Amino acid sequence: MHSPVTLLLELGLILTVLSVLGAVARRLTLSPVPLYLLAGLALGEGGIAPVPAAGEFVETGAAIGVVLLLLTLGLQFSLTEFTGSLRRHVPSALADLVLNAVPGAVTGWILGLDAIGILALAGATYVSSSGMVARLLADLRRLGNRETPAILSVLVMEDFAMAAYLPLLAVLASGGPWWQAVLGVAAAVGAMLAAFTASYRWGHHLGRLLSHPDAEQLMLRVLGLTLIVAALAELVHASAAVGAFLVGLSLTGETADRARAVLSPLRDLFSAIFFLAIGLSIRPDELVPLLPAALALSAVTAATKLVTGQYAARRDQVGPRGQMRAGTVLVVRGEFSIVIIGLVGTMHDALAPLVITYVFVLAIAGPLLTRLAGAAPLRLHKGHHR
Amino acid sequence: MDVTEVLLPGVGLRYEFTNHEGDRVGIVAERTGDFELVVYVGGDPDEGRPVVRLNSEEADAVAEILGAPRIAERFADLTKEVPGLLSGQIEVRSTSPYANLPLGRTRARTRTGASIVAIVRGEDVIASPKPDEVLRAGDVLVVIGTREGIAGVDQIIQG
Repeated sequence: MHSPVTLLLELGLILTVLSVLGAVARRLTLSPVPLYLLAGLALGEGGIAPVPAAGEFVETGAAIGVVLLLLTLGLQFSLTEFTGSLRRHVPSALADLVLNAVPGAVTGWILGLDAIGILALAGATYVSSSGMVARLLADLRRLGNRETPAILSVLVMEDFAMAAYLPLLAVLASGGPWWQAVLGVAAAVGAMLAAFTASYRWGHHLGRLLSHPDAEQLMLRVLGLTLIVAALAELVHASAAVGAFLVGLSLTGETADRARAVLSPLRDLFSAIFFLAIGLSIRPDELVPLLPAALALSAVTAATKLVTGQYAARRDQVGPRGQMRAGTVLVVRGEFSIVIIGLVGTMHDALAPLVITYVFVLAIAGPLLTRLAGAAPLRLHKGHHR
Repeated sequence: MDVTEVLLPGVGLRYEFTNHEGDRVGIVAERTGDFELVVYVGGDPDEGRPVVRLNSEEADAVAEILGAPRIAERFADLTKEVPGLLSGQIEVRSTSPYANLPLGRTRARTRTGASIVAIVRGEDVIASPKPDEVLRAGDVLVVIGTREGIAGVDQIIQG
């Protein structure tokens, strides 16, 4: 039993370090995720400054972090936007899925992972970091660009694919006999459909039940309901994250917008702790043997995302430079690749270190690439004018 | 003037139009209530050059200065849900055959299928106007319907 002084001190130091790293990332328009992972590596077992007292809190915080990440993902999902994207960009979404999931699956197969490991790695290379892409678009002032709707449509479809993928993976990863897996998948898919129907038909009722003019009340109600549903989902082996995602999906309209606003500081805090915890769970020396594989996978899937984005933008009649911007901005991977690793846990020795290195590379390379794609000819253009 | 409306999933909407001088202008209306004004100039036709960002309060002030009632925006949600459904604004000019006549006399919905869902009169908005509402010169009608339907109402009103 550690004294509260050590706990508070260690936590305070951790948060201070995270805030400094986050500020650095923000300044450079990079994703903070790789820096948080790095902090976790440094603080963990075999790292430079272990933090034994804060371990229990970090573990609990990490579980809440996943729940909040998925809740806010569900909150920003809107059926209208999804059907709108569906009308134009089904081929883009299919290209995205095939081009980016296959390299992950093949790598998993080469590394000798089992079916669940292969599925997890395919998911980790498939899903772009929608949060980071949205932030990049805003920071680089590209929201008005013509390629932007295509990019955002691809992201919406990815989010939707995650809605089917995460419960499937969670159930498969929880193990047990085959009938339990089938039952779990059926329950998860059923709950997903129910949540969609509920949000479509009675979303406003749920919204009325939860919404309250007072921000504190709104936060407590949404958070309370989410954690209860998350616990129930965990109970039926469908993963807490999936339960939280369902709650997010079934909230719509103004309640969803307000809930997102009040919950995002909490989400930022706990998701930072989640990334830290993932870093903590890995010994730095485990990363080294997987470095070549991670680098190769990063290079291949950066190229495939580039092609995906170019293809999607071309479908919207965007010119070559816009296609390049669209392709590069999608390269960044982040929170959801890590969530996937969180779901399958430590059952695969190679998987977590591989994906951590992979996310680390692309979370830094992606934003840099897209800056280059946007900036270089722009400077040329300015020179031309002045 | 044709204003194109493009959905930006997760972000909001982008409106785009070409002004009388041939400048192409885009307005990004974010869900958060912020607005960004961009112009498309230079070598890359797809790249918007950011001009200015406005928060919702500033946007309201600018809208008031420009005198444009932002009523159509309130119907944007509706038109988004049904493919092919658009909203448009039609001004009743003093030369219109229906100025100073009741709205019902236009038989706009019977003839075109498009509905007049609101009348903007100066600072006031008459939502769901009844057929006996008398149209006045300067009124702006907010119409919802298909592209052809809205064009039809425009023809009827302009005479």
